[in-house]
Amino acid sequence: MSAAAPPPVLAVEGLRKHFPIERGLLRRATAHVRAVDDVSFAIERGTTLCLVGESGCGKSTVGKLILRFLQPTAGRVTLGGVDVTRLDEQAMRGYRRHVQMVFQDPYASLNPRLTAGTIVGEPLENFGGMAAGERADRVAAVLARVGLRADAMRKFPFEFSGGQRQRLGIARALVVSPSVIVADEPVSALDVSVQAQVLNLMADLQDELKLAYLFISHDLGVVEHIGHRVAVMYLGRLVEMAEKEALFAAPLHPYTQALIDAAPLPDPHARRRRLVIEGDVPSPIDPPPGCRFHTRCPFAVSRCRTEEPALRETAPGRLVACHLREDGSMAPLAG
Amino acid sequence: MARPDGIARTALAFARRHPTIAVGGALLLSMALVAAIAPWIAGDPRHMTPSDRLQAPSARYWFGTDSLGRDVFARTVHGARVSLAVGLSVAAASVAAGLAIGLVAGYYRRLDGWLMRPMDGLMAIPAILLAIALVSLNKASVGIVIAAIAVPEVPRVVRLVRAVVLTVRERPFVEAAVGSGSRGLKIVLRHILPSTVAPLIVQATYIMASAILVEAALSFLGAGVPPEIPTWGNMIASSRLFLARAPWTIFFPGACLALVILAVNLVGDGLRDRLDPRLARRM
Repeated sequence: MSAAAPPPVLAVEGLRKHFPIERGLLRRATAHVRAVDDVSFAIERGTTLCLVGESGCGKSTVGKLILRFLQPTAGRVTLGGVDVTRLDEQAMRGYRRHVQMVFQDPYASLNPRLTAGTIVGEPLENFGGMAAGERADRVAAVLARVGLRADAMRKFPFEFSGGQRQRLGIARALVVSPSVIVADEPVSALDVSVQAQVLNLMADLQDELKLAYLFISHDLGVVEHIGHRVAVMYLGRLVEMAEKEALFAAPLHPYTQALIDAAPLPDPHARRRRLVIEGDVPSPIDPPPGCRFHTRCPFAVSRCRTEEPALRETAPGRLVACHLREDGSMAPLAG
Repeated sequence: MARPDGIARTALAFARRHPTIAVGGALLLSMALVAAIAPWIAGDPRHMTPSDRLQAPSARYWFGTDSLGRDVFARTVHGARVSLAVGLSVAAASVAAGLAIGLVAGYYRRLDGWLMRPMDGLMAIPAILLAIALVSLNKASVGIVIAAIAVPEVPRVVRLVRAVVLTVRERPFVEAAVGSGSRGLKIVLRHILPSTVAPLIVQATYIMASAILVEAALSFLGAGVPPEIPTWGNMIASSRLFLARAPWTIFFPGACLALVILAVNLVGDGLRDRLDPRLARRM
């Protein structure tokens, strides 16, 4: 590694979150939901890592662990070189200004009883050390930057459209000048026409402020437009991680291949070879032994049922957790 | 906007849309008004005129007289003061205490068990027995009666507030406030407390109705306010021996008691419908 390479603004190492299932009078943990199991990645300044996977795979939990809304079972979250998982509540509050969140639901994540000015100004009350007048100026400037008019400050959330509300959510995250923004499905609740506007705004802000994004999404169509790198998650584990273009051009893990094949094409006449997987995601309470994907994988061999594949680098910048890719092959798998 | 006919029209429109609140509120307000001006419209409730014992209602004694020759109208009107004062004070005290405990128990989960188990224990004791015990341990006074009735009401308020806090604290905007670096106290006061107001107002009206009834029952049993203060409860108690000969001595305080409870419940039901967001379509 060259000395010039700056450390990543956000690094996650061996992150795990197991929720105990408590039963009986004594509330003894009889089993654990392995929502997040040994997830590691890093995000550099000014770049976006997209975390994709189907619902229930643990991608939102990763976001909540980074924000410390949940306490990780194991692993580290390093923010600007500081491990924040062991900080007490007081110290953590100080680090919150460096990592902010944009929430999925722009309706539920804004307090309906507060004005936009109060909502966007709340982080400044806690971190800014500003006088009220200074705070109002800063809020007005950020609202203008996300494309809202100055009179928005006195309005209540119900007076805004869905896209405007998400702009408010972005403004709230932006107002304390964080270095990392975790965006949990920030456009999935919006109309397609509005999605593009919000995505463009996020991209502009990234260029301007050198923000690092962790962009959590289930929508590969959206991911294709925003990310630099993509990490694919299945049942609490990362199965593949690569540069966006490389991943879309040649997905290595059969699950990634199936996800890309499942995304609709805008051309109704286009035909393509599809890898279709069947069945449901197995329960994370008792994940299948071996590779967690083997129950739905059309290419599974006997080894997949017993031995869990590790996430390893098969080509520069490409990580995949699949026994069939140990040889470094890149060609599409075919049954 | 400030024109008097404008206000009257607004009030009329409100009454048409929420007849229960309007009727109950009007009843309650007129009773409160009568109670407030009692010393000027009614005579001395303690003055005895032995020669006029057990007189039927007449132009001189609107509600008749009781077995000691006291004016039932004066006593009924003065009794309204005790009933309404006790009802309002109990509602205010139990809501204040219950709100504070409920917010803490719902938000600071570590304290939940420590706060809620005593509350459950309190709920297991019949309210009127607890009130009698509290009153008999102390010298009879209106303050003690208010405290004795308020204490058993607190657990129900706590349960209500705690339930609201437990649902609201999981809403994303509370998580967003945590992410904004806000402390617990600010989150509770700014983001959670406002959601408890609507159900609390409704609950407060029911507590008021029940407190008025419990006060009357305590007075009837002789465990309430000092006997020299006229209340509807002790009026009914002292007159029950003469029920057959002088039914008016019981009818008027009893009817007033029923009317107040009806009025409070009408307001409570109306507010519940008005404040319930699921029924808000009528607004």
